[in-house]
Amino acid sequence: MSGETDRGIGRANLEVFAETVEQLAAVDPSLLVVTSDSRGSARLSAFAARMPDRIIEVGIAEQNLVGVAAGLAAGGRRVMAVSPASFLATRSLEQIKHDVCYSDRPVILIGISAGVSYGALGSTHHSLHDFAALRGIHNITVVAPADNWETAEALRAAVSAATPVYIRFGKKPLPHLPRRGSFAFGRGRILREGSDCAFIATGETVWRALEAAQALADSGVSAAVVSMHTVKPLDAELVRAVGRSAAAVVAVEEHSEHGGLGDACARVLLEAGLAPRYRVVAIPDEYTVTGSQEEILSHYGISASGLSRVMSTLLGEG
Amino acid sequence: MTLAELKRKSRYYRQEILTFIYQAGAGHTGGSLSCIDIINVLYNAVMDIRPENWNSLQRDVYIQSKGHSVEALYVVLADLGFFERAELGTANRFRTRLIGHPTRKVPGIEHNTGGLGHGLSVALGMALAAKLDRRSSRVFCLLGDGELGEGSNWEAALSAAHYKLDNLIAVVDRNGLQITGSTAQVNDLEPLERKWSAFGWAVRRIDGHDIAKLVQALGGLPFARGRPGVLVADTVKGRGVSFIEGQVEWHHKVPSREQYELAMRELEMPS
Repeated sequence: MSGETDRGIGRANLEVFAETVEQLAAVDPSLLVVTSDSRGSARLSAFAARMPDRIIEVGIAEQNLVGVAAGLAAGGRRVMAVSPASFLATRSLEQIKHDVCYSDRPVILIGISAGVSYGALGSTHHSLHDFAALRGIHNITVVAPADNWETAEALRAAVSAATPVYIRFGKKPLPHLPRRGSFAFGRGRILREGSDCAFIATGETVWRALEAAQALADSGVSAAVVSMHTVKPLDAELVRAVGRSAAAVVAVEEHSEHGGLGDACARVLLEAGLAPRYRVVAIPDEYTVTGSQEEILSHYGISASGLSRVMSTLLGEG
Repeated sequence: MTLAELKRKSRYYRQEILTFIYQAGAGHTGGSLSCIDIINVLYNAVMDIRPENWNSLQRDVYIQSKGHSVEALYVVLADLGFFERAELGTANRFRTRLIGHPTRKVPGIEHNTGGLGHGLSVALGMALAAKLDRRSSRVFCLLGDGELGEGSNWEAALSAAHYKLDNLIAVVDRNGLQITGSTAQVNDLEPLERKWSAFGWAVRRIDGHDIAKLVQALGGLPFARGRPGVLVADTVKGRGVSFIEGQVEWHHKVPSREQYELAMRELEMPS
């Protein structure tokens, strides 16, 4: 790590989640966490031991997890339903649509170990489809925080939100990122200014984009970096501003190349009549190569070197 | 309400259901007629749910998981004053609130249903919230029998018994038919009582059109302390109209003018 991400390594967002939940539960007596045999995976065992009346276990039953969460919310509770992102987003997709979003119960859905966090456990455990699945559903905010600070901020914003929120993150320690601007759903954050080109990244790919921007700066290219933590509703105004000022834009996400941030930004740019050179760096339409999260992301170019190479190529075109 | 009054209500609700579906040109005729005695008894003799206490968390709760029989619920809610009876005539029109499945846009409706196998988990969550907050409210959930093919019901069944939710009461409208044919032919449910019982529920089984037995069974809650209760109500799809009773094709068939008039004449005669 160097340059923009040399503020040191933080913890895993998963750890920050567990700590923040406990803080929030201490001040909000209505807060309940519902788990599907996922408390250990979610680092919630200590919370469960200290605040046993704040955790509801439904066992390995994700459909029931989300339905029960909706019912608890209807009964006046503030509820977080916690499960691996892969299962939460689609095993219980119809419960998310009917019982949470359509019925307008402001449940907070926490997708843990998202993207390819589970690495070599394979594609059953990867959530490369959650943005696409949830973007098609009305009345839900879809969030992928980039670092520990954004994770804590997203959780604090979620407990006071009037509508449902889905927050997904991974389980590996992350670098601390520049603390620029405040956090609000639907408002991207410019973490690095740049005049030639821009990365619009989400979730745990953001620090990789910052490293790429630093590498590009070393070769005289000025690249901006946006943390687009909210995939839906998208900060279209910021995407248009980036599209007007940058000759090349690269969208980055730990998600399938279909239906995620890259597609969403492309639509905004085209509808605004903006045509910067544009690439989406995401997981291609295939079941991934096997390996650790880092190995998989690097293989598909979601790394400092991969991203700076794509940007250089894009700027050299035309 | 006396038994005689409840019986008169059931006959009136059946007429209202037929009129609603005839005017709307759409509706689930068979299933609405099979569950109307259950809904009648719940709202008029068992549950504490009124327009006046709707915004209170202390009242009882009703979730209709078999959302397609919403006509039966609409006519009862209109009768109780949750909305004007005249609004029943807007069914199925552009921008109506009264669509073919329950939504919270309609006063008196707790939860949006329509996809099967959703209601019991939500009812469980509401019953659990009441227990955690030491509220005395009870949660009633009406299930279709064909609906029990959805595995999510059985996830909820396990969990409700685990949490010993004796304030949760499921009623199964056991009319024995689903859209393709009899439940026995499509996906056999029997022995149904033993299935619920094996999942830890207290089970009763009665004739779901016998008003006195419905009042007696649902008036004696909980069925067992520390266990969720399920009432398997044996019913007849299309009950009350001779040529609709037990006919698979009346799942969502709409009566012609002649059939509507014939049905209304049958329903005028005291049963």
